[in-house]
Amino acid sequence: MAIRSFLIFFIFFFFSSLNPILSLYEDQVGLVDWHQQYLGKVKQAVFHTHKTGRKRVVVSTEENVVASLDLRQGEIFWRHVLGSNDVIDGIDIALGKCHYPFIRRKYFESMESSRWADGVGIFSSGFKALKIIVISAESVFNGSWLLMFSDGLITNLKIEKDNIVIIFSNGRLNAVSCIDGEVLWEKDFEGESLEVQHVIQPTGSNLIYVVGFASSSLFEMYQINALNGELLKHESAAFSGGFLGEVSPVFSETVVALDSTGLILLTISFQNGKISFQQMPISNLVKDSFGPAKIIPSSITGIFAIKMNAVTIVIRVTNENKLEVVEKTNHETSISDALSISEGQQAFALVQHAGHEIHLRVKLAHNWDDNLLKESVKMDQHRGLVHKIYINNYIRTDKSYGFRALIVMEDHSLLLLQQGEIVWSREDSLASIIDVTTSELPVERDGVSVAKVEHNLFEWLKGHMLKLKGTLMLASPQDIAAIQSMRLKNSEKSKMTRDHNGFRKLLIVLTRAGKLFALHTGDGHIVWSHLLQSLQKSKVCQHPIGLNLYKWQVPHHHAMDENPSVLVIGKCGPSSGAPGALSFVDTYTGKELSSLSLVHSVAQVIPLPYTDSTEQRLHLLIDADKYAHLYPKTPEAISIFEREFSNIYWYSVEDDSGIIKGHALRGKCTGEVADEVCFDTRELWSIVFPSESEKIIATVIRKQNEVVHTQAKVIADQEVIYKYISRNLLFVATVALKGSGEIGSVTPEESWLVAYLIDTVTGRILHRVTHHGSQGPVHAVFSENWVVYHYFNLKAHRYEMSVIEIYDQSRADNKDVWKLVLGKHNLTSPISLYSRPDVITKSQSYFFTHSVKAIAVTSTTKGITSKQLLIGTIGDQVLALDKRFLDPRRTVNPTQAEKEEGIIPLTDSLPIIPQSYVTHALRVEGLRGIITVPAKLESTTLVFAHGVDLFFTQLAPSRTYDSLTDDFNYALLLITIVALVAAIFVTWTLSERKELQENWR
Amino acid sequence: MGAGRRWAVDFSDNSTAPSSRDIPDPPGFTRASVDQDDSAVSRQKKDAEANWKAQKAWEVAQAPFKNLLMMGFMMWMAGSTVHLFSIGITFSALWQPISALQGVGKGKLSYDFYFSNAVDSSKFHFDFAVFEPYKDNKVDLLGPKLLFIALNLGGLALGVWKLNTLGLLPTHASDWVSSLSPAQEVEYSGGGIPL
Repeated sequence: MAIRSFLIFFIFFFFSSLNPILSLYEDQVGLVDWHQQYLGKVKQAVFHTHKTGRKRVVVSTEENVVASLDLRQGEIFWRHVLGSNDVIDGIDIALGKCHYPFIRRKYFESMESSRWADGVGIFSSGFKALKIIVISAESVFNGSWLLMFSDGLITNLKIEKDNIVIIFSNGRLNAVSCIDGEVLWEKDFEGESLEVQHVIQPTGSNLIYVVGFASSSLFEMYQINALNGELLKHESAAFSGGFLGEVSPVFSETVVALDSTGLILLTISFQNGKISFQQMPISNLVKDSFGPAKIIPSSITGIFAIKMNAVTIVIRVTNENKLEVVEKTNHETSISDALSISEGQQAFALVQHAGHEIHLRVKLAHNWDDNLLKESVKMDQHRGLVHKIYINNYIRTDKSYGFRALIVMEDHSLLLLQQGEIVWSREDSLASIIDVTTSELPVERDGVSVAKVEHNLFEWLKGHMLKLKGTLMLASPQDIAAIQSMRLKNSEKSKMTRDHNGFRKLLIVLTRAGKLFALHTGDGHIVWSHLLQSLQKSKVCQHPIGLNLYKWQVPHHHAMDENPSVLVIGKCGPSSGAPGALSFVDTYTGKELSSLSLVHSVAQVIPLPYTDSTEQRLHLLIDADKYAHLYPKTPEAISIFEREFSNIYWYSVEDDSGIIKGHALRGKCTGEVADEVCFDTRELWSIVFPSESEKIIATVIRKQNEVVHTQAKVIADQEVIYKYISRNLLFVATVALKGSGEIGSVTPEESWLVAYLIDTVTGRILHRVTHHGSQGPVHAVFSENWVVYHYFNLKAHRYEMSVIEIYDQSRADNKDVWKLVLGKHNLTSPISLYSRPDVITKSQSYFFTHSVKAIAVTSTTKGITSKQLLIGTIGDQVLALDKRFLDPRRTVNPTQAEKEEGIIPLTDSLPIIPQSYVTHALRVEGLRGIITVPAKLESTTLVFAHGVDLFFTQLAPSRTYDSLTDDFNYALLLITIVALVAAIFVTWTLSERKELQENWR
Repeated sequence: MGAGRRWAVDFSDNSTAPSSRDIPDPPGFTRASVDQDDSAVSRQKKDAEANWKAQKAWEVAQAPFKNLLMMGFMMWMAGSTVHLFSIGITFSALWQPISALQGVGKGKLSYDFYFSNAVDSSKFHFDFAVFEPYKDNKVDLLGPKLLFIALNLGGLALGVWKLNTLGLLPTHASDWVSSLSPAQEVEYSGGGIPL
């Protein structure tokens, strides 16, 4: 045992002292890592006009991404990811003369963001809270510009002949020169309690109409001269019925609205400054009414649509403001905005769902009866409904118009339809991942493997001969290229079966769209995707939200014939009392095994450390009323649960009131919620933080499935200290109420940060430390017996990282070797947290250059390999930092023994080694989370970082000490062995012969 | 003799050694006459030879001492950190006494072979391959042998001590607890910020 541990230590020491820096060579990029770029759900799309001759579309998304996509393949031509503070409210393309030198100059002046490419600038002159960002949509000198603006409530953008951009934002109408960003005029509506609904600019005139509701029943209209901002007319008229929701402009001086009951359509016209209302009850238009209606926003001349429950009604407005129903359908319908085609004609598109198909129709606005285009496209059910459609026209070779449609689906995917086919599709919901878990792949056996990977012996030999050539440096450049492509396209890594080293797994990700994906860790391809029924809008669940993913069933005993499954937890609506929704999904096939709409809410989900006979994990769901519900609802699960009943506790962190409460289970529920699997709970303890001096900003626990190899830590001179390893430790960081704002908003004297380690079973505070003059945000990671957290030090004007390690003193006197040899110690016997703990902590702080988006720690299957911290930096990269740098036992001058132990001399700041970026040259835009999963090979851990982009790689924190590298040349080994064996035989026969001759002599 | 063994023929060549069994000597050959045939000269010669043998035996017995000193010096040179050199020195320091003491085994083998019967009743007697050339009835090899063993044991002890200073012997508590898995906790708790 001692020898084994020594060997492990030796190997570690040997390798870690050899090369503490992890880096990879250029030709290793893409061997084990993959990177995927996404955009998020498209909010708005603008096609390049065919005048520019470019087949591209510019989109802005809910993830604050603006990107240009190639229409042929859907590839990203360029992309900018804005911060969450720069919400894009609208984009448009300005043709012509937005001046380049100005933008360049402004770019350097503003210095707001250093991440822009050439030809990008930010207007921030003149007015508050409006930011226009101008990006060259093409190359810098091409002259086609894209305008984006942010922070607007209602937006509208028009481009005049002399390049004035008119923007409505934050209750203000602004005219901005496109040449130099100067504000030509502005009109403030803020003071007038006006809820602006629309800004209408009739084509070919210099007038602008601003329409809106002043109170619930007053309609207001402002007429403004677009050239100088002069208010020409202001009219208002009251309507006793009130207004509901939005207005839809049908003509340049007519809008359609609904009254407050949603049953009467109002045609409001303000021709020549006179406001007139025309009422039309919907029941007069359609025979059978379906309840209150809603206007579907669109901007087509003479046509608008309303929706009543599931029924969509398209209504035409004639010149005399008469309403006619032109279509009534039960199918889900989406309508595009108007597209100007030649001779002042407007075209628009309608999309309707019918089973597995969607029907796309393109019509002229003034001619409902004829279709310019009618197509049916086969559509997967798992994409859900069409949410948005954008159309674009092109001229066919026979001079007629062709149309292509860009559609945004319910699952946030983006598709381009042309000539009745899906030209390309993008799974952009992967830009908004909520939760990630992993699943093993099927065990290899006949008929299970999905990918065909077996190739013949000849190819195998050829590959190895090439490799051999490479090793012996005999390879030509073509050979080297062939070797490289062979390594990258290694079909082994995307195989659909379990591998020996556990590198191949499925990443199950839940996205904001309620769609579940399984990504293969080998190359990142989507194995299956499923739009969850339980997270789709329905009558019982109006605003479903996906919350979390848990491993529900992980079969080990029946791994051959049972599939693992995951539990997806969601809830209906953002309120805490909203009922929950569960889904069980098979991770091999992506089929939803079952889904449940719960009657109770879901406030906490506690996966218990017990499984039933079918290896389903027991989960305890706590609702908002503090009742515990056990899943699965089987008698077996209940009996297992009741056996452990008295040992199960739970705690709740109420961060807004600053209270942490501990609870225990009491018994079966009584009263109206009585149920076999419902349990009552009682409060055991509570920790109340004084609200004026401490506000909870971060809580972290250890990963529940983390494996710790040993409880002892051997320090210099063979001394042993015992780690305090508990699954029930909670790290809590609080800041002073004043300091809970942004960094720098308070003086160092007013702000402090307190870190706690709390036992969540007994409520005991094991450690408390105050950092004076420090401020959040706090990012922390908890592993084994240590916690590392990152915060801002106001006094030093720098970010800091601190480490707390917690050790158990009560075990320290286990020093008698003979007792340990004979096993007469109680170090491994189960302990109760109610026994009095005797802990000591060691801590240390260091400066750290970067601000941090996320921190994670590597995890390996046995917990032997040394750990690395994975830090998601503000630059959207992932930095690997050895845990040895965050060791509280570091001193400025370590002794010889401490040096041997691997203690690094103490420095004031943590080093950032450029080679230790695990994302190497790539960037995971909008980085939100880093997940580590152990591989089966002890040395290796799998890392998945997600944000707008996805990145996956394998890491070996202490190098791969337990396996040969991928490019190990087996052929060379084989040849050497064969040569040696041959040599042995030859020399043997030679020596035999010689001996015989000697004997004859 | 075991019950299952009726008869046995020994094909071993016993011609050079005195017979170990109660086989009568061939006619015309008297064993006693060979022994008693010693003249005074030959006796003297034998004495000188015995002296020389005893001296040589003592020399051989003392040989490990030099080795011991040499080893000590090498160990001091190697230092107390674990690396290839110090491990090599230590293991050779352990191996040399062990291989020398393995001579015990070998010596006993030959001894069993030659005197399996004769020594049955004799006192405790051990033998060494290294001392084989100096074997003589008149030379008392016990002293050199004991010294030889003691010195080799000393060498072994030195090697073990070195092994310990290198930290390769499980004599510390740390060697026995370094792979103890953490203790199980009876209680289980979960929760956090409400979803």
